[in-house]
Amino acid sequence: MEPGLYHLLFISTTLFFIGVYGFLTRRNLITMLMSIELILNSVNINFIAFNKYLWANKMDGVMFTIFVIAIAAAEAAVAIAIIINLYRSHQSIDVEKAEEMKY
Amino acid sequence: MNGATIIFYLLAALTLGSGLVAVTTRHIFRAAISLLFSLIGVAGIYFWLDYQFIAAVQIVVYVGGIVVLIIFSIFLTQQSGEKLPQQKIGRVIFSGLAAFCGFVLTIVQVMHYSFTGTSDAAVEPTVRNIGEKLLALDKNGYALPFEVVSMLLLAAMIGCIVIAMRIPGAPKKEIREIKEDVMLPLLVEEKILIVEEETGGL
Repeated sequence: MEPGLYHLLFISTTLFFIGVYGFLTRRNLITMLMSIELILNSVNINFIAFNKYLWANKMDGVMFTIFVIAIAAAEAAVAIAIIINLYRSHQSIDVEKAEEMKY
Repeated sequence: MNGATIIFYLLAALTLGSGLVAVTTRHIFRAAISLLFSLIGVAGIYFWLDYQFIAAVQIVVYVGGIVVLIIFSIFLTQQSGEKLPQQKIGRVIFSGLAAFCGFVLTIVQVMHYSFTGTSDAAVEPTVRNIGEKLLALDKNGYALPFEVVSMLLLAAMIGCIVIAMRIPGAPKKEIREIKEDVMLPLLVEEKILIVEEETGGL
């Protein structure tokens, strides 16, 4: 079968819920960050697929993808700075051990 | 089934398979490498769709930037060769169930919806077109979000420096853990003493 919009939507949905599964099961901050990256990538695939197959006369999907990638890069950099700082003070990056931030 | 179709299915299998390994393996370094291959698969899908610029940005930013950053942070925070602790089986079951139900719900909705696209002439996503759109000042231009994102990147850069900076003169390792069970009786005794002092005069 010739791949089309629905195939891409299937891939992005699967990738999104793989990311959700990882985010719910993992308790290590770095692996949770990896799951977030997978979720953001699935969103990007969606934007590009809709731009290609539905609104090829506009470029809004491409623009949104570029902005999502830029914001994801900034988010990853800040998150890793926080993780390394947390490791420095707690000697662990497990979310269960960082619970004193709750109060 | 022609060559392009086979390549598409191979890219899809690479993306989803290594994505699945990235969230399930107990070796954190292996998870990072699987994430790398998953992101390369996504870049391959962009190439397959003829969006070369987005694919190049994906490789430069994700594969060359974020994954390297993640690997460095693994080296800085993890003992090498150590496996992640075993997950609680209940959490795995319920997370898998939640993800699976969400997946089925979404996929049923998507497959039953018939999308109607435009029939207007396509704009080629070349670098020239993307750049002109990104810096256009007219109604459909993206100059303002471009500037906002540049401010965001500047703020993130300054924020990272401030967070990761060690304050000069501060002690190298702070003693963080206050033993509550040791401190609590002392505090209680002090309070009792204070109360006795206050009420003793009456």
